[in-house]
Amino acid sequence: MAITDIKAYAHLTDEDIDALAAELDAIRAEVEESRGERDARYIRRTIQLQRALAAGGRIALFASSSRLARIAGTAMLASAKIIENMELGHNVIHGQWDWMNDPEIHSTEWEWDTACPSAQWKHSHNFVHHKYTNVVGLDSDVGYGIMRVTRDEPWEPWMIGNPVYNLLLGTLFEWGVALHHIETEKIRNKEKTWAQAMKDLRVMGKKMGRQAGKDYLVYPALAGTNWKSTLKCNVVANLIRNYWAYMVIFCGHFPDGAEKFTVEEFENETRGEWYLRQMLGSANFNAGPVMAFMSGNLCYQIEHHLFPDLPSNRYAEMSVRVRELCEKYDLPYTTGPLARQYWQSFWTILKLALPDRFLRARPDNAPETNSERRFAETVPLAETNGDASGRRRGLRTAIRQRMTTAA
Amino acid sequence: MSAIKALARWSKAPARDVDTASGPWVNIVRGLAARATTPLLPDDYLSLLNPLWSARELRGEIVAVRRETEDTATVFIRPGWGFAGDYQPGQYVGIGLRVNGRWHWRSYSLTSVPEQDGEQISITVKATPEGFLSTHLVNGVEPGTVIRLAAPKGDFALPDPPPPALLFISAGSGITPIMGMLRSLRAREQHPDIVHVHSAPSADAVIFHDELRELEGKQDGYRLHLQLTDSAGHVDFAQFDTVVPDWRERSAWACGPAAMLDDVENLWKEHGLDSELHMERFTIAATDKGGEGGTVTFAISDKQVEIDGATTLLEAGEQVGIQMPFGCRMGICQTCVLPLDGGNVRDIRSGDEHGAGDRIQTCISTASGDCTINI
Repeated sequence: MAITDIKAYAHLTDEDIDALAAELDAIRAEVEESRGERDARYIRRTIQLQRALAAGGRIALFASSSRLARIAGTAMLASAKIIENMELGHNVIHGQWDWMNDPEIHSTEWEWDTACPSAQWKHSHNFVHHKYTNVVGLDSDVGYGIMRVTRDEPWEPWMIGNPVYNLLLGTLFEWGVALHHIETEKIRNKEKTWAQAMKDLRVMGKKMGRQAGKDYLVYPALAGTNWKSTLKCNVVANLIRNYWAYMVIFCGHFPDGAEKFTVEEFENETRGEWYLRQMLGSANFNAGPVMAFMSGNLCYQIEHHLFPDLPSNRYAEMSVRVRELCEKYDLPYTTGPLARQYWQSFWTILKLALPDRFLRARPDNAPETNSERRFAETVPLAETNGDASGRRRGLRTAIRQRMTTAA
Repeated sequence: MSAIKALARWSKAPARDVDTASGPWVNIVRGLAARATTPLLPDDYLSLLNPLWSARELRGEIVAVRRETEDTATVFIRPGWGFAGDYQPGQYVGIGLRVNGRWHWRSYSLTSVPEQDGEQISITVKATPEGFLSTHLVNGVEPGTVIRLAAPKGDFALPDPPPPALLFISAGSGITPIMGMLRSLRAREQHPDIVHVHSAPSADAVIFHDELRELEGKQDGYRLHLQLTDSAGHVDFAQFDTVVPDWRERSAWACGPAAMLDDVENLWKEHGLDSELHMERFTIAATDKGGEGGTVTFAISDKQVEIDGATTLLEAGEQVGIQMPFGCRMGICQTCVLPLDGGNVRDIRSGDEHGAGDRIQTCISTASGDCTINI
């Protein structure tokens, strides 16, 4: 039933967690101090590249009667949208570049190229998701209120549609992300009034109109006789962006090993445990430099959740350090190839469409969620630590042991 | 008619926040083009071709740097789109310069003549040991560098037409706004009766020395009293009658170090003449810098509260009943970010200091001396 005692689950003592927090703080301080011209140049060049791609894509699509222009234009436009949303928008709105003091590349000013207004995103993502990460009942990104992604949530008949909702969300991701801010669950629970929701909707509607107007009216109209192919290519470019963003984001929190937590855990949390929750609740995927860039460096989801406001171009180097810490404290560092990570997420969504009686694993020990009770019948913590070799035997070893016993 | 108005308003809507110096039609074009570039403005693309082609943020290009004295230089700037040249002499302009990836902001008095000088503006900067940006401007900035500008402002501005009898009191780099006034008067061919009391350590250190001497020789009604403090000591305001016997009948404009301005202010107050005195203080005495806590002023709400170094600015605002924007309250969501108008604040997590012009996260910042937040 999700993790309530994160210390016991992680096989760590209070002192361990304090020490871990101090080491993570040191990484943060080091990166903060070394931010400079190199990083500034990186984000400026990224912006230049993104705008050149956007302009190039639009221009190419004016000639979309030609097959080559169609393919090149769609590819450029889709890349521009992906880079804008992932590496620029998401990260700038997180304040990763606020240190530059540049009013044009700043969390308070950036409006991104997607249906969701930045101000609302800051609430639903930066605040709700990043503060309450994977706390079932507090983080509305656990299933986005439209899917069951952990068996910690009791099954209800509508959840039989899980795979369909999943497909729809991927297809309409940009619109789903925007509408997510309405927080239908909170309205159902009377934590939010309809009047508030209507106010949000008005702001959102305005931006949605502009976004749709640009892609589906203005550019087709400007393309003249090519309006039909331009319209189609714009739809395709948006779809590519939607599916890619959806995939990256699902691989961040829904693969096996991305743990879920109870409200009780959150309420009794120290700062070190907050770090620990971010580490255990997120998952990376393997990526080379190009894929990392196109994912907005969210292939380093663990690092992003530990340090959401540090510049994304530094996540790669931070990941080496974080991995070393996982090694040191014998903690799992969840990562794998993109296809496997996505498959695990997808399989969870598929399975959880069914009522619990069809599910084999208990919520204390399931692929998508675990709790400290998983280790209840194994050797107690004190005896697992400090074996002859002097290496720490913690959570990672315990998980491996259980797997071998199970097999 | 109202339909046309509505159409114009609709056209302009996306460019609503953009200041334009060249009339409303520009924003109609900008707004219409923005329907295709939304959520960006066409400026965001054009500025990639030429950095001055943007009115989203005022920009300028440094054209030349001319050394005035050993530690001062005049920086000539060609402003980009959207910069209004109709400032008033005596006003200052905000300058943003990128050094090692970060933008640093400071304000400097304009020494150029409004709407002249080939649309260029100039500022004159003194390199002070603690002034990181001023040192960079005087010693290191290359012509061609693109900088940020903030629209000229300030109440220390000479009216047009000017008062018939003027008294300028300046010291050191405090001459810069006065020079803006003197040059504007000359360009407008206005010749009020001026007494100018200027102090500097030595003749070599007098900024605009030759130009002042030339004015003294050529311009009717301009009298210069140059006080070289290394040899003659500071102006003794207790004996000011001996320097300027008719100072009480003059509209007084003073700019210089805080100590001098305090003397001037006391003298004018003593004689009940404070309404005749205009002063420009370059920096609020930074005595509190590095201290913990201070008085927080919320500029728009017009409220003040004193806090210790453990209270965040967010809490401070809420204490006095301001609807502060907030989110996570732990420094990760950026919902609470507000511009710092004056003073210094400290990031509680890292201990870093932020100065005026920075945007700060109020939920993890506390006052480091007195500060002003724009809400």
